[in-house]
Amino acid sequence: MDVRAQMSMVFHLDKCIGCHTCSIACKNIWTDRKGTDYMWWNNVETKPGTGYPTAWEDQDKYHGGWECEDGNLRLRSTSKTQTVFNIFHNPHQPSMDDYYEPWTYDYQHLFNAPEGPDQPTAVPISMVTGDLIQIKAGPNWDDDLGGSPVYAENDPNLAQLNPDQRAQMFAVERLMFFYLPRICNHCLNPGCVAACPSGALHKRGEDGIVLVDQKRCRGWRACIAACPYKKMYYNWQTGKSEKCILCFPRLETGQAPACFHSCVGRIRYLGVVLYDAERIREVAGLPQDELIEAQRSLILDPHDPAIARAAQQNGIHDAVVESARNSPTYRFVKDWKIALPLHAEHRTLPMLFYVPPMAPVMAQKNGSAVENVSDDLFHDIDEARAPIEYMAAMFGAGHAGKVRYALRKQKAVRWYRRALTVGDVNMATAERMLREADCSPAEAEAIYKLTSLCTFEERFVIPPMHREQAIEMLADPMAHKQGVGFGFIEGPRRGL
Amino acid sequence: MNNTYFNALFFIGLPYVSLFTFFLVTIVRYRTRGFTYSSLSSQFLENRQHFWALMPFHYGILTVLTVHIAAFLVPRQVVWWNSVPARLWIMEIGMLAAGLLTLAGLVAAMVRRRRNHKIAVVTSPADWVVLALLLLQVLSGIGVAMMHPWGSSWFAIAVTPYLWSVATLNPSMAVVAVMPWMVKLHIINAFLVIGFFPFTRLVHILVAPNPYLWRRPQVVRWYRRPAAARG
Ligand code: HEM
Ligand code: SF4
Ligand code: SF4
Repeated sequence: MDVRAQMSMVFHLDKCIGCHTCSIACKNIWTDRKGTDYMWWNNVETKPGTGYPTAWEDQDKYHGGWECEDGNLRLRSTSKTQTVFNIFHNPHQPSMDDYYEPWTYDYQHLFNAPEGPDQPTAVPISMVTGDLIQIKAGPNWDDDLGGSPVYAENDPNLAQLNPDQRAQMFAVERLMFFYLPRICNHCLNPGCVAACPSGALHKRGEDGIVLVDQKRCRGWRACIAACPYKKMYYNWQTGKSEKCILCFPRLETGQAPACFHSCVGRIRYLGVVLYDAERIREVAGLPQDELIEAQRSLILDPHDPAIARAAQQNGIHDAVVESARNSPTYRFVKDWKIALPLHAEHRTLPMLFYVPPMAPVMAQKNGSAVENVSDDLFHDIDEARAPIEYMAAMFGAGHAGKVRYALRKQKAVRWYRRALTVGDVNMATAERMLREADCSPAEAEAIYKLTSLCTFEERFVIPPMHREQAIEMLADPMAHKQGVGFGFIEGPRRGL
Repeated sequence: MNNTYFNALFFIGLPYVSLFTFFLVTIVRYRTRGFTYSSLSSQFLENRQHFWALMPFHYGILTVLTVHIAAFLVPRQVVWWNSVPARLWIMEIGMLAAGLLTLAGLVAAMVRRRRNHKIAVVTSPADWVVLALLLLQVLSGIGVAMMHPWGSSWFAIAVTPYLWSVATLNPSMAVVAVMPWMVKLHIINAFLVIGFFPFTRLVHILVAPNPYLWRRPQVVRWYRRPAAARG
């Protein structure tokens, strides 16, 4: 056993209101520089939809992630030999057209326009070239099902549905959508790292954050194709790749990442988990229907004294093990099993988990009155407005079982709380539902609390990162004093 | 112009200035502005013409360059290969084809940089210097191949000793001094490329990845663990 610590996240999709505050917080801190203008390390997309970059889930187009044949785990986009031949031109690299051309508006014109009969306007100009452009798409063009026939209906996850289900899903009275906020998953078996020819991409041993060493990156850009989530971005100005850094400078000073901190729906949870690094390769190569369960089994129980000892022997600080015991991620993923990885079938072992959203509350129309649903609620999960297969394509590696389990439990918790506080549903029914959903009343209480009444400290359990023991101790802290200050020791200037 | 003076300037002076600049500046640049060592790929901004420019160019130039280096390092083996006429033909035609491939890719790259506005935004003056020098180099190379055939043999016999004399700090330009002007142009321009090399994007050649080919897929960096326990 090789115990390691990993910062791991949960997004509770039922709570996301699609406000994009997270994206803006991230953008303002990290990607407002030239060359990163088109990047959204955090983005929020509407599902069903094609997302950003367009149709990123379509791996026939983007070739991201791993595939496993006869126990052989290999990247879809490249191999060592292919790297030699394709380094000059990567056949699977998306281009700016797959994202969008970033633009601003010529605001100066509003002030400088000569006097005339018409109001002056601020025309859109490209942030790359400065030329006038016709805006054709943006990073969030299909928000709230805007342009469904072009976007929502081309959602790659719909491939798993039969034509009837598809037609139903887009029938006006059954229309539903939800939001999918996405950041880098800081995977345990990251495709981006494995593809990087320079060895610039790496996983930090202490907390599992995946980073690009900007100095080592040479712009071979193999990572961009290799990430199945398209969370690697190419900075066209500096000629280097960039990605979400999970706000590690904030984490190291005890603050939640900016997108977590600013989340209006309070959907985000963050905590450290312990896992067994020795089993990564084995788990990543398992048959698809075992992946989710196996990935869960990688995460170790921090309450187990044997595990705590093994962690200690591996150099993990006691404070980190203690923090893992309070980790909200551990509770959602391991205790309650209601948070699932997104597209686990790409075998990168993503460490961001999603609590799948409940379809809109179901009701029947009887004449002009809207009636409550029947007592037989479990059928309703399967007959929800969004077919369970659609959810399974995203959160179940194609298998509905795990998603059904998570949704049933959430539903049971709701009915249980409703019986308790409103009292208009039968407690006996609620308790039966809990039993059938593999959930005790105490667990239901805990899920309810962490979902609805959670405080800042409960949502973000950040272990002390012990920077005092970290690399800076080996380097001279005064070396760059009166030089360039924080951050880059050398300005990120583009080469000649 | 005095001929000996001219020859000394370009076949002894220039090589040393170029080589000195090459070594000094690449090292200093690597150590002080290592961030700028990048391929500066522009594929993200334009994906289609990119293929037709960058692929033929690199496949061509790497073939040509490899054979040049072989003729420099193992001249005997190259001459031995050429001792059978059929093999000599293969060599000559293959090299000419690679040269033409390079030329096609290079011209395509220049057109792409000129025509596409997004690419123009990420094109520096140094890029144009590189492209112009390489164009001259490839054109003069093809010129040599057409006007003075069997270069793969006489290079190994005549130019290699000259290059070695430069490398061993005992320059003797007797052989190159009497070469035809096209060959002289090719040699002089080669040293110009080497001299400009460290100021341009060509430094990407020096950081071409190789540990990748034998490393494990996943890379983990530890900040706190002692070196012995790293994994
Ligand atoms: C050692 C192997 C080499 C590798 C791995 C390599 C790789 C690359 C890559 C990835 C690019 C960026 C392409 C893009 O825009 O996406 C590039 C561009 C370029 N390379 Fe190389 N290269 C190599 C050797 C060479 C050699 C030997 C030369 C010439 C002497 C050369 C000259 C150039 C030039 C001029 C460009 C810019 C082309 C343009 O205008 O877009 N490279 N190279
Ligand atoms: S999600 Fe993040 S860690 Fe995983 S492959 Fe993509 S960029 Fe790498
Ligand atoms: S800030 Fe929170 S609620 Fe708003 S879109 Fe982002 S994840 Fe959803």
